[in-house]
Amino acid sequence: MQFERRADVSIPLLVAAPFAAIAVALLLCAGLIAAAGVNPLTAYGEMLKGALGSRLAITETLTRAIPLIFTGLAAAVAFRARVWNIGGEGQFYIGALVTAGLGHSLFLGLPAPIAIALIMAISAICGALLLMAPLALRLRFGVDEVVVTLLLNFIVLLFVGLMVEGPLKDPMAFGWPQSVPVDPSLRLERLVPRSRLHIGFLVAVVAALAVWIVQARTVFGAETRAAGLAPRAAAFAGVRMPRVLMAVAFLSGGLAALAGSVEVLGPTGYVTTTMSPGFGYAGIVVAMLAALHPAGVVAAAIFIATIFVGADAMSRATGVPSFIADVIMSVSLLAMLTALLFTTYRIKR
Amino acid sequence: MSTTLDILASASMWAAVLRIATPLIFGVLGALICERAGVLNLGIEGIMTMGAMSGWLTVYWGGPLWFGLLTAALSGMAFGWLHARLTVSLGLSQHVTGLGITLLAAALSYYLYRMWVQVGDLPPTITPFQPIHVPVLSDIPFLGEAVFQQTAPTYLALACVALTAWILARTPLGLAVRMAGENPHAVDAQGLNPLAIRTGAVMAGSALMAVGGAFLTMAAFNSFFPTMVQGRGWICIALVVFASWQPGKALIGALLFALFDAFQLRLQTAMPGTPYQLFLMAPYVLSILALVLVARRARVPEALMQPYRRGER
Amino acid sequence: MSGPVLELNGISKRFGTLRANEDVSFTLHQGEVLALLGENGAGKTTLMNIIFGHYTADSGEVRVHGHRLPPGQPRAAIAAGVGMVHQHFTLAGNLTVLENIIIGSEPLLRPDSHRRAAEAKIRKLSDSFGLPVDPAARVGDLSVGERQRVEILKALYRDSRILILDEPTAVLARPEADRLFATLKGMTANGLSIIFISHKLHEVMAASNRVVVLRAGRVVAERATRETTAPELAELMVGRSVKRPTRQQHATGQPVVSARDLSVTQAHGAGLDGVSFDVREGEILGIVGVSGNGQAALGRVLSGVSQASAGRLTLSGEDISRASPRSLIRRGVGRIPEDRHAEGVVGDLAVWENAVLERIDSPAYSRWGFIRRGAASDFAAGLISRFDIRGATPATRTRQLSGGNMQKLILGRSLANQPKFILANQPTRGLDEGAIAAVHAELLAARSAGAAILLISEDLDEAVALSDRIQAIVKGRLSRPVAAGEADAKMLGLMMAGIWEESHAV
Repeated sequence: MQFERRADVSIPLLVAAPFAAIAVALLLCAGLIAAAGVNPLTAYGEMLKGALGSRLAITETLTRAIPLIFTGLAAAVAFRARVWNIGGEGQFYIGALVTAGLGHSLFLGLPAPIAIALIMAISAICGALLLMAPLALRLRFGVDEVVVTLLLNFIVLLFVGLMVEGPLKDPMAFGWPQSVPVDPSLRLERLVPRSRLHIGFLVAVVAALAVWIVQARTVFGAETRAAGLAPRAAAFAGVRMPRVLMAVAFLSGGLAALAGSVEVLGPTGYVTTTMSPGFGYAGIVVAMLAALHPAGVVAAAIFIATIFVGADAMSRATGVPSFIADVIMSVSLLAMLTALLFTTYRIKR
Repeated sequence: MSTTLDILASASMWAAVLRIATPLIFGVLGALICERAGVLNLGIEGIMTMGAMSGWLTVYWGGPLWFGLLTAALSGMAFGWLHARLTVSLGLSQHVTGLGITLLAAALSYYLYRMWVQVGDLPPTITPFQPIHVPVLSDIPFLGEAVFQQTAPTYLALACVALTAWILARTPLGLAVRMAGENPHAVDAQGLNPLAIRTGAVMAGSALMAVGGAFLTMAAFNSFFPTMVQGRGWICIALVVFASWQPGKALIGALLFALFDAFQLRLQTAMPGTPYQLFLMAPYVLSILALVLVARRARVPEALMQPYRRGER
Repeated sequence: MSGPVLELNGISKRFGTLRANEDVSFTLHQGEVLALLGENGAGKTTLMNIIFGHYTADSGEVRVHGHRLPPGQPRAAIAAGVGMVHQHFTLAGNLTVLENIIIGSEPLLRPDSHRRAAEAKIRKLSDSFGLPVDPAARVGDLSVGERQRVEILKALYRDSRILILDEPTAVLARPEADRLFATLKGMTANGLSIIFISHKLHEVMAASNRVVVLRAGRVVAERATRETTAPELAELMVGRSVKRPTRQQHATGQPVVSARDLSVTQAHGAGLDGVSFDVREGEILGIVGVSGNGQAALGRVLSGVSQASAGRLTLSGEDISRASPRSLIRRGVGRIPEDRHAEGVVGDLAVWENAVLERIDSPAYSRWGFIRRGAASDFAAGLISRFDIRGATPATRTRQLSGGNMQKLILGRSLANQPKFILANQPTRGLDEGAIAAVHAELLAARSAGAAILLISEDLDEAVALSDRIQAIVKGRLSRPVAAGEADAKMLGLMMAGIWEESHAV
């Protein structure tokens, strides 16, 4: 099989790619569901019902999408500059940990919005540092940041465990390893009454819009794209590579940390070592399904959230293991990568 | 200080080193073979999980232990084939594809395990590989207990190191693999198919990774549970760099690493006041340090991570 | 006389909309040297890749000794006795000469390579064909000339009877090239048949028995070498009369850029070892030399991509030996990089983005960090019309431009702001005659406008035609300058071989 580069990226194919990828994933996973002895149509029906079938279900799905929008943006921003941030999971936990650490003590005298903003900013900065350090290792020593960010995920998770079993341990939690809850005055307000959906959703959408504008309209956005597409040509044209890449890492690490911060300030109120079902890794899938476009990230995050929330409900109803959600997600990632290839290449006869 | 010496002087500690090193040896060899052919295989973490699950399940269903290892190897090969189709035939990003393979292989392992195995309060178990006392040699004081009372897969791992080193250095096949990782154009120009060579190397390497995972459920422990690979795959990727892509050095790297790990386990019990997480972090911190130390000196295969498409330079 | 050893019948090959080869037919006879002549982009390399099986032709066939070669299989070509020496060597720098040569020659599943026998065979081939090289050496440590010998040995080791050489002299100094042709002549005496691809008339005239001229993918003429002349071939090759512009004498001014004992250390390849030169207002200084002698290091330091390790480099008296690309751009330096695809443009960005990328944060194209799309687009449109960049609008993806038009875009971007100093590093490499003439005209116009230009070129004709003065670069050192009028081909050849130090007292 030989490939031939298309003269130009095919936009219709680019738009169709995620839908095709998702269709392939659902089709292949239908086989797995059937293997578990359940009619795939019934199972998918249960999933839809569980994720979008009621007002409560919808708010629950959107709540689940909030951290995914942030981690998706984090991956999209980084990948565009070929900064391989696979450390979203670690940055998520750092954001959550810092927020929980600050949220029950500091800034309590300040008006709530200001205190919340300060806490989120500090959390984001900590997450940013967690990515800037491996990037600095790459720029200085040539160490592949993929492996380092992956390893940092484990280190951070252990660190969170150390904190919630030690200094941040909640004495009221009957021995469960979880942190002292953040002050109720600092919790994000509900967007829909009698649901868990909070205004963090709006913050996430605004963040996506901001990233979109920055990427499409600013000098920084153009320099980022040049740096990602052709580093040598960008450097030759005067793009200050280390500085631009560091700025990208700042943005990406910060966005991933915001996911953790908002999760603590929103639905949970405290940190545990099991609070993320892989938001960081799922963010990579979200970013790829969105073809790295910020607007697409919002849509893809809602899709992935639908799958996960729906799979839980479906699993309760039919007994199909809820891990099917992870399988659907990973198959759609691989299918999307393949589909993206065909937007720039065609098969040569 | 005396604690340190006591720990190092015990033969059981050195036996533990080999035991802990075994999955790493398989994993690092597998990753090394893939990378020598020019393909970074970040699918390793998931492939090890799949190997751990499929090998265990085969035995749980009544298959012999060696048949379990074979199943694990075949499952690894299957995911290696998928990784190769995507990164070699289609030339997709090796980073993102590898991660996708890891997510898929791990998710599928959990799904199939849950689907096929009834899990009660405790996960079901199998009878794992038992230590083999090598005749005569295992009676040597200290050394016998440290080296010659291991399970069969550990000996297999050591044999694989020698075999891989020989194949890469001395055989026409090994030369073809190395050339595919250095300059696939040269392979093509000499009438061999670089895509086929890369695909074969990735499948072979992935089989080894899966066997490394299977060691966890079939020798080190006796049951399967999610997230049991615990980043060992990523550590193997770091060890390949540390080993400068040499099988011999990879063995040394895995042993050093296991030595440290075995040591910290014993230190944990010797220092009860310290949070255990600090000890558990050490392997990951060590891996990062190792990467930083050797990064500048490493002689990377020149075509690593470069997809080969005929007629494109 | 027996039939032809190699026969091409009606080969056609299309890439997208580009017709690389169209109905190409010719034959090669036993013991002859056939030159395949054509300018860049005429389809020579594509054709050779089809013979060797790297590409599959859309139609037509290749026959060796009358037997049809299965298309798309290098293995079959090798088995039929066809060997190819690629222009871009297909060697692995980290492996040894022996390993580079024997790969693919043994069954893959043999438990041990027969290295000793292989080494003996290589030594025998080296001796009998005059291609000395150490089988145990690491290829990365060899000179370019030695690497080419390894490439040729690779083909001979597989018992090739037909040898195809793609632009074999592109990387060789004149004496080395002469030696190569002597070696080839020796091979034909041994019964080998040779095709060599070239766009250099003098070597085609000197070394071939027969010439096939390719233009725009078609065979336009076939001549016995002794029945044709260089001017006739030149006209056949280009097909239209393109006159390169000529340099007018004029007075030059003060030095704009001066280097004194400038050194650059490089991790790979030759660096610079204490070079000195001046480039004056309204002057073109040509740096000639065989590829790999420090041109890259010189280009890198003058474009700000790397920094000098010692010595002084000044622009109008200010030190720029450690300047970044950005600061050079701001000081009015125009830079044309050696590799336009890797350094010149970002292929996947639009033409307008590449056009303004060097100055994107200047107030002309951005305000408060936001790009002024309209202004940038207008600037790009201006470049397109002024520099005659064909097939482009500001929104076109840059990758879609031809090499020549891409180069005009880079040239336009560099020249648009009336730079006082221009670095032109291999500005016409790989371009066709029309584009070469256009690039030359622009450089000469900038010279007339008073710019100081440093031209790095491996093409002697170009350097002589454009430069006011010429210096040769050899192993990171520069010869004394000679006035272009005084330089003849022989003298330059000696300079490029590094003979100046004996002949001139420096």
